[in-house]
Amino acid sequence: MKKTIIVQEQGQAMLADALRKIKEPSRRQFLQRSLTLGGLALLTGCDVSDESSIEAGLNKVSRFNDKVQGLLFDPNRLAPTYPDSMIAKPFPFNAFYGEDEVKQIDGDSWRLELSGLVTRRTPWSLAQLRALPQESQVTRHICVEGWSAIGKWGGVPFAHFLNLIGADKTAKYVGFKCDDDYFTSIDMATALHPQTIMALTYDGQELPPKYGYPMKLRMPTKLGYKNPKHIRAIYVSNTYTAGYWEDQGYNWFGGS
Amino acid sequence: MRSPSLKTDIIHPAWLRLTHWLNAVAVVVLATSGWRIYNASPFFPFSLPSGLTLGGWLGGALQWHFAAMWLLLANGLLYLGINIATGRLRRQFFPLSPRAILNDLLAALKGKLAHADPRHYNMVQRAAYLFVMLDCIVLVMSGLVLWKSVQFPILRELLGGYDSARRVHFIAMAGLVGFVGIHLVMVALVPKTLIAMLRGR
Repeated sequence: MKKTIIVQEQGQAMLADALRKIKEPSRRQFLQRSLTLGGLALLTGCDVSDESSIEAGLNKVSRFNDKVQGLLFDPNRLAPTYPDSMIAKPFPFNAFYGEDEVKQIDGDSWRLELSGLVTRRTPWSLAQLRALPQESQVTRHICVEGWSAIGKWGGVPFAHFLNLIGADKTAKYVGFKCDDDYFTSIDMATALHPQTIMALTYDGQELPPKYGYPMKLRMPTKLGYKNPKHIRAIYVSNTYTAGYWEDQGYNWFGGS
Repeated sequence: MRSPSLKTDIIHPAWLRLTHWLNAVAVVVLATSGWRIYNASPFFPFSLPSGLTLGGWLGGALQWHFAAMWLLLANGLLYLGINIATGRLRRQFFPLSPRAILNDLLAALKGKLAHADPRHYNMVQRAAYLFVMLDCIVLVMSGLVLWKSVQFPILRELLGGYDSARRVHFIAMAGLVGFVGIHLVMVALVPKTLIAMLRGR
């Protein structure tokens, strides 16, 4: 019979120690607080004592919010457009690095790579993209930080390009890898939205390096961090991959 | 003869107490996370003290905000639904007249407003609680525009566009926080109201 693992003297010492600690007011307070947290945990269904489980819970809600936004997204509803006179000057620079660290990319040797659920994967040169039908838009760029600025982008409607390369439009995601090591992915419905364009120009001029030369994806239906700059590769996939900011906690759908 | 008297003693029914405290949790989480979101790009010449904010950074604050919004919405619909369906809203908050509000407000400022029957709201309480209900509706509506400005064009234009909706959302928040401040002072002055909101009596 090996019922007692602790020898008696040690057991008594531990009990005395525990009783002394319970008498300390800060301990009692801690216990009271954990009881309150316990009540909260019952409500939320997650273990609040563990910080990473709070994060896991919040991430779950964020995935749920992705689904809700997918349902709210109307593929035919257009973002408001504005007159040229309302374009912000200068249009703010924003990236996960400073303006002096902007990548200088050689447009002549640049090629857009394609992969995934795409039938024609031949890389595209800048000249080839410029030869495609172009559209321009004056729309509001909304940053996740809350500020917004109106700008003018021109380029190839992305739905047209996806048709040209034989992309599987029933796939769930379109992903982007960028020359500044940025990456993100979007839902197919937004990829096919009429205002989603592969921007090659800004305000009538060749897209400057700070705004994503040679090509960025412009979506007025999504927040700024979902609009990747300096795109090097595009893939179509049914496998969920998040993104640079999304991996740190920004919402994946990021739509407005 | 205990149970009938217990029943008439009830000041706040259980559903009201439950929705009140759930709302308190939602409001604290939404306000403190919202302050950090505001701080990411303030549009007034001030930031809010980051020690009072929730989330640690913008991404964390957004996650809290977009989680607690569901609690505010679901709980708010539950509260309004029961309040309207049971006739409590009409019974407790109406009639309401500006003159009566003014009279009760002056009486309150002179410290002469009676709290004899806690089941019966005075005119200032009625006005304040109705204000906070409407204010929360404005918060949800302006929040919807900030979250999904493209998907809710009518609401967006009603609020004067995306940028204007940010200010509406902020001012409605300030109204709510102002209400909570006065509410807490009142509870401190008449502590039995806190007991009533906990025990129902």
